[in-house]
Amino acid sequence: MYGNDFASPSDAPSASPEPVEPGLEDFWRIVGEDGRIEPRDAMPEDYRSSLVRQIAQHAHSEIIGMQPEGEWISRAPSLRRKAILMAKVQDEAGHGLYLYAAAETLGVDRAELLDMLHTGRQKYSSIFNYPTLTWADIGTIGWLVDGAAIVNQVPLCRCSYGPYARAMVRVCKEESFHQRQGFEALYTLSHGTPQQHEMAQDAVDRWWWPSLMMFGPHDSGPHATAGHTAKSMAWGVKRFSNDDLRQRFVDMTVPQAEALGLTLPDPDLRWNESRGHYDFGEIDFNELFEVIKGNGPCNAERMANRRRAHEEGAWVREAATAYAEKTAARRTAGAA
Amino acid sequence: MSGRRDWPLFEVFVRSRRGLSHVHVGSLHAPDAELALRNARDLYTRRQEGVSLWVVEASAITASSPQEKDSFFDPAGDKIYRHPTFYDIPDGVEHL
Repeated sequence: MYGNDFASPSDAPSASPEPVEPGLEDFWRIVGEDGRIEPRDAMPEDYRSSLVRQIAQHAHSEIIGMQPEGEWISRAPSLRRKAILMAKVQDEAGHGLYLYAAAETLGVDRAELLDMLHTGRQKYSSIFNYPTLTWADIGTIGWLVDGAAIVNQVPLCRCSYGPYARAMVRVCKEESFHQRQGFEALYTLSHGTPQQHEMAQDAVDRWWWPSLMMFGPHDSGPHATAGHTAKSMAWGVKRFSNDDLRQRFVDMTVPQAEALGLTLPDPDLRWNESRGHYDFGEIDFNELFEVIKGNGPCNAERMANRRRAHEEGAWVREAATAYAEKTAARRTAGAA
Repeated sequence: MSGRRDWPLFEVFVRSRRGLSHVHVGSLHAPDAELALRNARDLYTRRQEGVSLWVVEASAITASSPQEKDSFFDPAGDKIYRHPTFYDIPDGVEHL
């Protein structure tokens, strides 16, 4: 559902250029030619560790992202909407698994990554720490949150690390359904009764700014050296700045809001003829950093649910292991 | 965390339709091959992406090493006579 890599300003790495270490000539040549790095190639250690962090954070976001929407499966307004929502939440689980598999090609294992999530040493996208208060939130998440995720993720299909890029191709194909089902659900509400329209507008009012925050802090102009952007771009992992992607999202979304008959809660939002883009208001990044730090409305609940699901699922994993061992032992005995 | 040892990694191959070969699509963990197959169906063919699946334990795959890629594949490099374009054919000769 989501892929961006940023940290709060305090843990931003320095973006100083590094000399080419011996043995990495092939790496830099391939990256320079816009080729793909594959798992067993030599690569800089910080390329590897930074990809592990980014892909794991992305994977964690997918599986935590099942929660806000999963809460509405039992309350979906029709069987049609329920089947759609179940398929979407199942896709999010699938996206998490594609991504964990991609991270594992870099020499970490799944259990280790889950442990990092459960102990708070790795993060997930802050967007999932907001609550889903009404059914309209489900449509809005599909439209805005998945919409923002697509803008972030499409360039990752061309990222320099082959397994990540291939996983993203699969993810992006499936995201398109996510966004369209959200738009359709919201369109239906917006064109329903006045109360339904109001519910749709309320959800959009709450999700608009957090969706813009999904692109991360400013990293162009005077902020160009902040965060991971400069390094990620040199490595061919990141292709566009957070600010460019955010602008692309705003430009795509404003006409869609008009089609929905809903307004976006920003008095400064207007077309700028000279720039050829929409101008929009200042984003409150303090809110983003507070949520990343753990002070969002749902951080504690999301983590508690995740740990509980993992612990309560332990017996299933143990039973499957025991069964596999038993049948393997039988096969060996039968063969003897 | 539970103390279980990690389930083995399986590589997954999908035949998207009859007449095409199986293609690697990704990997997953499972306690055994039978469950790997079922998980692969749920993970990699939710939208009818395949008519046949293979799962292979990753540890069973022997791969060439990226470090020796030059010496390993070099022998084919200077045998351009293996390609049809190596040969000069007089103008006007067809079906050749």
